[in-house]
Amino acid sequence: MTSAFHAYAPDALIATDIDAYLDTHAHKSLLRFITCGSVDDGKSTLIGRLLHDSRAVFADQLAALEADSRRVGTQGQNIDFALLVDGLAAEREQGITIDVAYRFFATEKRKFIVADTPGHEQYTRNMVTGASTADLAVILVDARKGVLTQTRRHSHLVRLVGIRRVVLAVNKMDLVDHDPAVFETIVAEYRAFASAIGIDEVVAIPLSGLSGANVVDPAPAMPWYDGPTLLAHLEQVPVEAGRADAPFRLPVQWVSRPDLDFRGFAGTIVGGSVAPGDPVRIVPSGRTTTVARVLNAGREAARAVAGEAVTVVLADEVDCSRGDVIAAAASPPEAADAFVATIVWMADTALVPGRGYLLKLGTRTVGATLKAPQHVLDVDSGAQLSADTLQLNDIGVAEVYADVPIVFEPYEQSTDLGGFLLIDRATNATVAAGMIGAPLRRAQNVHWQSIDVTREAHAAQKGQKARVLWFTGLSGAGKSTIANLVERKLHALGRHTFLLDGDNIRQGLNRDLGFSEADRVENIRRVGEVAKLMADAGLIVLTAFISPFRAERELVRSMIPDGEFMEIFVDTPLEEAEKRDVKGLYAKARQGQIADFTGVSSPYEAPEQPELRIDTTREGAEAAAERIVEQVLGIWSYEL
Amino acid sequence: MLYSVGKDSAVMLHLARKAFAPGKPPFPLLHVDTTWKFRDMYALRDRAAAEAGMELLVHRNPEAEAQGINPFDHGSRHTDMWKTQGLKQALDKYGFDAAFGGARRDEEKSRAKERIISVRSASHGWDPKAQRPELWRLYNTRVAAGESIRVFPLSNWTELDIWQYILAENIEIVPLYFAAPRPTVERDGVILMVDDDRFKFQSGETPVERSIRFRTLGCYPLTGAVESEASTLSDVIQEMLLTTTSERQGRAIDHDSSGSMEKKKREGYF
Repeated sequence: MTSAFHAYAPDALIATDIDAYLDTHAHKSLLRFITCGSVDDGKSTLIGRLLHDSRAVFADQLAALEADSRRVGTQGQNIDFALLVDGLAAEREQGITIDVAYRFFATEKRKFIVADTPGHEQYTRNMVTGASTADLAVILVDARKGVLTQTRRHSHLVRLVGIRRVVLAVNKMDLVDHDPAVFETIVAEYRAFASAIGIDEVVAIPLSGLSGANVVDPAPAMPWYDGPTLLAHLEQVPVEAGRADAPFRLPVQWVSRPDLDFRGFAGTIVGGSVAPGDPVRIVPSGRTTTVARVLNAGREAARAVAGEAVTVVLADEVDCSRGDVIAAAASPPEAADAFVATIVWMADTALVPGRGYLLKLGTRTVGATLKAPQHVLDVDSGAQLSADTLQLNDIGVAEVYADVPIVFEPYEQSTDLGGFLLIDRATNATVAAGMIGAPLRRAQNVHWQSIDVTREAHAAQKGQKARVLWFTGLSGAGKSTIANLVERKLHALGRHTFLLDGDNIRQGLNRDLGFSEADRVENIRRVGEVAKLMADAGLIVLTAFISPFRAERELVRSMIPDGEFMEIFVDTPLEEAEKRDVKGLYAKARQGQIADFTGVSSPYEAPEQPELRIDTTREGAEAAAERIVEQVLGIWSYEL
Repeated sequence: MLYSVGKDSAVMLHLARKAFAPGKPPFPLLHVDTTWKFRDMYALRDRAAAEAGMELLVHRNPEAEAQGINPFDHGSRHTDMWKTQGLKQALDKYGFDAAFGGARRDEEKSRAKERIISVRSASHGWDPKAQRPELWRLYNTRVAAGESIRVFPLSNWTELDIWQYILAENIEIVPLYFAAPRPTVERDGVILMVDDDRFKFQSGETPVERSIRFRTLGCYPLTGAVESEASTLSDVIQEMLLTTTSERQGRAIDHDSSGSMEKKKREGYF
């Protein structure tokens, strides 16, 4: 049996002329591709076969594979090639791949990186991840089943991330007697579908991962097929030369200041090229200057192109920092703070419209919120469905609002300046990937109005420092009571204060909001903005809101300058708050008369590191208020 | 930056120096020492750090030192205490938010799914099911207090890429990668080098001079050599390409059981 399998066999040139071989290898191009298929399409087997038949498997690995095949394989006494690629112990036990794995192999003509992604649950998240760096997709179809819903799903996803070259691998031809009619029917159906969704190039290959037919070697069983084998096609398909013709774009990653005489801007060029003397514009500020020097690994370069990591020195002392983009002066990218984008949701917790997330695009990370999706894409049919939110593996189109204008290009033009991540502020998890379509409004003409009387001046005139004292806790915890006492004490001491109370705000500014999760998020966002304006006016602002979600409290914290935000956790256990039930709300909630009631039918996320915690079971309201005032004034006594 | 003095570390350090030139990389080098590395490795370590003008932090697990843990008497405990525990101690001691490592995805199956930016819990554990998706060239580097990240910039390099780059950029590597006559002992089919007088001979063993080199470098009593005449870089690459066994075969650590690397990683091995 072993004789049928061949381990790694080196190129003949290696033995005869190693230097010539190395020179060839150094100039080989790299093709990154993704394989897509559902669980039973034989994807892992095909990749294993590709690795094995291109002789990328070493003798010791092959021996381990043979032993594993007998132990846990699904092919009886034969080698189970899927075991070559199913890496993690958990997967081996379940017999499924559960994540994206990358495999490497090289032939005499080219180097390859294969992204292998699972075909069932999590397929959207993992496929989009694997496809985001791929030049080409191999879409597997089981010859017995033909084009399925999954095939269309995979094709939609591949197109979505911008892949335009597809190999349709019609697998398991051995199980349909290598019948050309079966193959032709599948291909015709797929081609019609693919061109309708904008996939320009489809190469169809009949093959068998199990027997190896048309994977690396042509299949004698299919003399009617005269096209390339899978490997031959992968070796010769053109690789996009890159974005060297595009206008120059350098997202600044790091400002290099090794000594007082040198100031350079380091990053990887994502479009075009740059040479000393080129006129450039810093976006979003719009300042123009020229390039004085281009340094590549510290050495002077006459020119650098897309893909190279460089440090650029500019002729003038212009303001430029991480997140800015240095661009060709004549054709700079746009900056905007609102766009329409396609969002792929990747987290178990659904999108909360209006919640503050972090958006990372290029080298810039800013705060951002999303509106409820305009629609969600049915990846099986391509239909647009209505939805209030985005769940795990949903793909939707939504409006994105960034806190400040960011430099971008539409994703179709530039994946580097058009693709972004959304990050949860509380857990730091990557919750979504986004692709920018078009800006909603042009931000270039909207500037922050600079005001002569600064926030510091406002506060100084009042003889104080602005503060936001943010009281959070369950309904009936005592937030308003304590906040009210604190305000009275501060007022009596001549401080300029203002108390924003939850119930009062909901009767005015926020009377259009209910108590759903999305409305609660918006409620806190608005209160945060109002508190920020009042703090800018130099006031000591006190807010008394349940504010149950950590993400929103973190959002408000990020809006207020460092050191001015004080989170005060009025910590009353649920049983205690419910026992007091001053407003009779708990009783109603328990009877089901109030929906989404915090502590009863909606969660309260307690602060992890509040500036102050008041345990109301041990400390009375008067004493707590005194302690807060002391803390606030104590901070001032040495600051002022 | 985790600096183990091996060829991958050499490439990683070289890339960092290039990336930050004309400045210096704004982070220190950390060597988690076991006291059992080859003498040539210590020499290159100190030279490379000095040349880069970077601070070199060396951590040795004080418990392992006190208990005299060594590869001859303590088997896999040696690796666990000096390397796994030592690394955790060092990361805790300095409180780094991020540590660069030279691991490559092509080295071992469980590494094929490793992210370029990999989040570790406060106890340095790795949960392969809770990894962040990585798209395009965008990396989420945010962590909560106590968590840290491992960064693997060489993830997509293959062994041949590493050698090719060493050749192209003329990067200095430990001379042990090149064949030379060295004192050796053959034990259970593995050729070990007698690097210093701490080597514990078994009965009947005497050092024999053989022309050997190493494909990977670790603690000298745990690292198997190959007999070779390859004394130049292109000879070494030629030999590497002509051999038909995988690179990590020389390391005892991977052989415990299939899937053992994944287990070690969950426990905090780099």
